[in-house]
Amino acid sequence: MTTTLDPELEQLVYERPDSLVDCATHYCPGCTHGVAHRLIAEVIDEMGIREKTIGVASVGCSVFAYNYFNFDFVQAPHGRAPAMATGVKRVLPDRFVITYQGDGDMASIGMAEVVHAAARGENICVFFINNANYGMTGGQMAPTTLPGQKTSSSPSGRDIETQGYPIRAAELLATLDGASYVVRRSLHDPKNIRLAKKAIRTAFEVQARGLGFSMVEMLSICPTNWGMTPLQSLQWLEEKMVPYYALNDFKVHPAVAEIRI
Amino acid sequence: MPPKGRIEVNELLCKGCELCVGACPQKVIALDMDRITPKGYHPASLISDGCTGCGICAVVCPEAAITVFRETIKVRANQ
Repeated sequence: MTTTLDPELEQLVYERPDSLVDCATHYCPGCTHGVAHRLIAEVIDEMGIREKTIGVASVGCSVFAYNYFNFDFVQAPHGRAPAMATGVKRVLPDRFVITYQGDGDMASIGMAEVVHAAARGENICVFFINNANYGMTGGQMAPTTLPGQKTSSSPSGRDIETQGYPIRAAELLATLDGASYVVRRSLHDPKNIRLAKKAIRTAFEVQARGLGFSMVEMLSICPTNWGMTPLQSLQWLEEKMVPYYALNDFKVHPAVAEIRI
Repeated sequence: MPPKGRIEVNELLCKGCELCVGACPQKVIALDMDRITPKGYHPASLISDGCTGCGICAVVCPEAAITVFRETIKVRANQ
């Protein structure tokens, strides 16, 4: 189906990055996990570090990330990706080590691992996808579920009296001295997707310079479990999630601020 | 006159989520209801002229299924 390109007549504006395997993903239609995958793959292509990158996959919808990224990947037990990435990075310090985790993985069972990896200032990048529920298991309430949000395990909405408040992971990690770059971005419109890509690039540059722990949180949609169409989900994210999870740079070390991309 | 562009949608990857339909500034993308992909979705496709090759559909596509082309400056200069 691909027609050949005549360089006299047409130029290529965009094509699928080489760091993504040429296969369909298992994600639901419209899931912005795919956007996050693509942004990471584009950055790795731009930096030319595909042969030097090792990813650590989490448990959740992103459990099959190793099937979709065209570079080395290992699979960590539930929530333990930052601990495994610590080991990989210490054994192979010349490689780029990233973890790709969802909110059910990083913000609940894996909270201890990521907090201590950040406190130690491990030289790894954590990419955190926040879609406000446990997507893979059927949309149960996660630590990041908004107050009043209906999920399959909070059918009348999250009650903060009994179930507490959502965790803002980026703000929490930004308080640690070992973290050098902690930001939150969103994937709901083209502008914010481009800002997210820039943040991912900065996170890789932080690791290249050995400046320590970096984390990029990306607000994501989950159309299937939110019970909406993908376009309605984008609107819901913008109207409900963005006011609660502010899009901001929470920690930028002075040495990171000097990086020019 | 804006540049002319076109997109190619990989129908093995497209899941008909319509994110590109909502994002297209020229409103020239829609699901092709006459076609069906091997996965059983209606794929996105260009419905009319007016594509400028801006690439915004490719920026929002979660499946990285869209390849974007734009006419070269040389072609534009000759018009």
